[in-house]
Amino acid sequence: MTEAYIYDAVRTPRGKGRKDGSLHEITPVQLATQMLEAVRDRNDLDTSYVEDVILGCVAPVGEQGSDIARVAAINAGYAETTAGFQINRFCASGLEAANIAAAKVMAGETDMAIGGGVESMSRIPMGSDGGAWPMDPSVAFKSYFVPQGISADLIATKYGHSRDDVDAYSVESQRRAKAAWDDNRFAKSIVPVKDVVGMTVLDHDELMRPDTSMQTLGALKPAFVDMGAFGFDNVALQKYPEFEKINHVHHAGNSSGIVDGSAAILIGNKEIGEKLGLKPRARIRSMASIGSEPTIMLTGPSFAAEKALRRAGMSKSDIDVWELNEAFASVVLRFMEALDIDHSDINVNGGAIAMGHPLGATGAMILGTVLDELERSGKETALATLCIGAGMGTATIIERV
Amino acid sequence: MTDTIRFDVDSDGIALLTIDLPNASMNVFNAQLIEDLDACIDKVLADDAIKGAVITSGKPAFLAGADLNMLGDQAGAKQTPEEAFESAFRLNKILRKMETGDKNRKVLAKEGTKPFAAAVNGLALGGGFELVLACHYRVISDTPKMQLGFPEVQVGLLPGAGGTQRLPRLTGIQAAAQAITTGKPYNGQIALGMGIIQELVPADQVIAKAKEWVMKNPSALAPWDKKGFKYPGGAGAMHPGSVQTFVGANAMAQKQTQHNYPAVQAILSCFFEGGVVDFDTAIRIESKYFMTLLANPVAGNMIRSLFINKQAVEKGSLRPAGVERKKVKRLGMLGAGLMGAGVAYVSAKVGMEVVLLDRDAASAEKGKDYSRKLVEKGVSRGKVSKEKGEALLERITTTSDYADLKDCDLIIEAVFEADDIKKSVTEATEAVIGKDIVFASNTSTLPISGLAKNFTRPHQFIGIHFFSPVDKMPLVEIIMGEKTDDATLALALDYVSQIKKTPIVVNDSRGFYTSRCFGTYVAEGYAMVQEGVKPALIENAGKMAGMPVGPLAVGDEVALDLSYKVGMATRKALGDKYVSSPADGFIEKMVVELERFGRKNGKGNYTYPTDGSKKHLWPGLSDHFPVAAEQPTVDEVKSRFMVRQAVEAARCFEEGVLIDASSGDIGAIFGWGFAPFTGGPFSFIDTMGVAEFVAEADRLAQAYGVRFTPPQLLRDMAAAGESFYPKGNTRGRMAKAA
Repeated sequence: MTEAYIYDAVRTPRGKGRKDGSLHEITPVQLATQMLEAVRDRNDLDTSYVEDVILGCVAPVGEQGSDIARVAAINAGYAETTAGFQINRFCASGLEAANIAAAKVMAGETDMAIGGGVESMSRIPMGSDGGAWPMDPSVAFKSYFVPQGISADLIATKYGHSRDDVDAYSVESQRRAKAAWDDNRFAKSIVPVKDVVGMTVLDHDELMRPDTSMQTLGALKPAFVDMGAFGFDNVALQKYPEFEKINHVHHAGNSSGIVDGSAAILIGNKEIGEKLGLKPRARIRSMASIGSEPTIMLTGPSFAAEKALRRAGMSKSDIDVWELNEAFASVVLRFMEALDIDHSDINVNGGAIAMGHPLGATGAMILGTVLDELERSGKETALATLCIGAGMGTATIIERV
Repeated sequence: MTDTIRFDVDSDGIALLTIDLPNASMNVFNAQLIEDLDACIDKVLADDAIKGAVITSGKPAFLAGADLNMLGDQAGAKQTPEEAFESAFRLNKILRKMETGDKNRKVLAKEGTKPFAAAVNGLALGGGFELVLACHYRVISDTPKMQLGFPEVQVGLLPGAGGTQRLPRLTGIQAAAQAITTGKPYNGQIALGMGIIQELVPADQVIAKAKEWVMKNPSALAPWDKKGFKYPGGAGAMHPGSVQTFVGANAMAQKQTQHNYPAVQAILSCFFEGGVVDFDTAIRIESKYFMTLLANPVAGNMIRSLFINKQAVEKGSLRPAGVERKKVKRLGMLGAGLMGAGVAYVSAKVGMEVVLLDRDAASAEKGKDYSRKLVEKGVSRGKVSKEKGEALLERITTTSDYADLKDCDLIIEAVFEADDIKKSVTEATEAVIGKDIVFASNTSTLPISGLAKNFTRPHQFIGIHFFSPVDKMPLVEIIMGEKTDDATLALALDYVSQIKKTPIVVNDSRGFYTSRCFGTYVAEGYAMVQEGVKPALIENAGKMAGMPVGPLAVGDEVALDLSYKVGMATRKALGDKYVSSPADGFIEKMVVELERFGRKNGKGNYTYPTDGSKKHLWPGLSDHFPVAAEQPTVDEVKSRFMVRQAVEAARCFEEGVLIDASSGDIGAIFGWGFAPFTGGPFSFIDTMGVAEFVAEADRLAQAYGVRFTPPQLLRDMAAAGESFYPKGNTRGRMAKAA
């Protein structure tokens, strides 16, 4: 089988996903366009060799609708021959997009493609695309649908994560993100976002709160208590009847932030790299997606990781650096417990609790982040994974070349 | 003119359709009325001389819904899906024809159709309300008895003649969901305020006002047939308002139904799927969901137990034939504790004089305070007038003098459950009352035949067992002693009918029927704690099985020390015959060693924080009864609860404690809250299949003990392929000569 290599990875800084966020004035197609332009310009790329652009987007409606990937490619001035399509695997869309790009290369369908993602959560709010799962009674009843916050609290309940546990994890995430920025560790990937007149509107992750402490977090009320009391706690307990109640520990300070952003990863086979004079940065060792119990919903990453390891013929100890999207603190705590991973080996530069989670783009962002980290630290292998709505998980293992 | 509808056309050319079922006090949709309505609508539409129509009723009520006997039959009918759809869609189709004049959408929107107005003189429920909603204009009477509503969900169904589509198109989905998923009716004022009806007028004007509107409106059009109709509040998966409504309603409904009542989900699905399509498609969707409910045993079981059989016993089906009906005018109530005080209240409330006796005047007055409080509450909430409330209280005379009982025509005793006290009270009463006055005991633990020995006329001694709180609990369990005669039973039933409660009649046995079976639910919960099943799993599984509360929670309400005392007394009374229960050890440890009595001392299976915060399971349970490493599945726990109770009910049937299956089902649901969606333990056994039930009970007996062993009766029934409710027999199987 053909090997797939990562040639480049770029991302926008993440803007607060609100009206006062710096990226609020930038359209999502513009965010994606600037990432495609950056990939082209940084690599002096003849875009006619980029055969496909795959972008993850979780609310593909309105200005994010109608195949934003192809539209962004056209808008970025890519060759007319560059196709594009948008995918949705909820929170792992960006990683799945990279995986599909890699799979196309491995299958010999394509020599080179871009996988990435985009989400302007300030302009197209989460949930804007509707969907049968939470709403259609016949589906919601059958699947015991609960919102993710309830699932995260269910994980904390099931695995005994206290409020202090999740808060402590989050304080550390903020500390690491600050340290990483101070040390310029994201510099290789970050592409500042510009407006129509060329002024830079954002060049750093603006959601971070480096002064976060146990005290500041302690002052926040758990966010999902009312929602739970309304009925969702009981729905979760019908699926997990061994618990008397849901322990609500999550709040805005220990959950991923709502942000705007985009990312892109350039993936191709060995020959196209040589032909275009590109230096491969990493090889895709394996990829995996799984489904698991949809009500607890967010414990999929360990299963996805195990599957990816199995497919790569690797074991846990073969992975040097782990990256798991910080959707909620309990998700990471559970993952570390399930796979017995030391905190010092995972999310070493912080994550979405500090910097935010632009749904469709995050997967591609963390893949780039972990690649940068491998190069910085001189380590060899990394596994990136995300928990996903409805109980899924997606993982990718890369190895430096 | 048809059999069920009078058809008169006045000089203005307005047809008046008066629904008036022959030989019935109430109009209901039966096959004949549906045929006749169809014919009348055709006539109005076809006759050019007729300008429009007004539909009213010839009875005090407008139309009370569908004939549930007819639906019960439909439920069991063998039909192809196409045939079943035709029959489910029939009334929908007729009402839609009335609404559209059978015109196609474009023509209809342009020219409208002949106006139909509803002149609603009295309550309109279910299909009756659907008929009203399908009319272009709705005038209702301002009678305080007016009810407009959809009670279908209470028997496991949905309004299947456009109700789930027209109401939300008038009120929005949220309000309609509130009404249709709970079955709670609107009164006239609220219906007017919500725009469900157009006019609220005195009863004698409904027809005139409806005709007036027809005269003024030669052409009519339902709002949803107008071009540019907007669904109020929005519908579908892309409308933010509707999104919130559905996400919320789905969660709330799952919490309330525990996935046991498919009608609630089906109703929400009708809103969701019907909200984004045109009206004609929407009502087809509704009829299809209606079919799914009709095919589900839940509806059939609920219709039979909660409606047909409940009504039958309330109307006197248990009454011995040939005994004259009597009315209790003056009740002697012995004991003014919680039960006596409640019985005094419900009796005085319906106009009975009550002599409330306790050992001293102060105690009797304290019992009357119970009524005072309830009256006060009723007056403050405007539910009862001050005068009526005062009159009620005046009817209760308190005393400590047995001589005051002399003119009573029924005595009920609710004194402390101790043989010697019962004996002295009974004798003191018999000494003063008339020589043919019936004496009833409200005991819940002592056998009636034993108590009857305190009375020289045991044939006139009976058990009338109330449930607490008496003013809220609908069931009364009447217990026949060995010698109780028919006239005594008849009087007891007449009294229960007077106080508007639901009776069942059972034969004497320890714990009778309800207490005996209810006890098995709690005991099974205790047995599980002892085995190391997680207490939370026990409680959640109980609720998921359809019980109102978990066994540990209800055990706390009953009080563990009381269970302990009753157990000790039973042990003493039965001697060697006592069959020990795996719950015995649990109760003894909790009561004797740990002094955890239940809610009453603030510590039981639950902890009751003194700061008023929510009770929670006592963490100490798992210290004293260690949680096992291996936990059963929730289905296993549910099965233990349901099968255990049903086995005990079947034993009561086999032993002749129960007289018929339907009393067993009604008593279970209304007496101790046995999962209503099942229709009761006997319906539950039937639905599972008697043979399958026997197999499951045998399996559980093997795993957990002989308390699950099914009685021979069930084995015989399984072998013979019999059931408790053979087709067409709603009362159900009769127990051996009772």
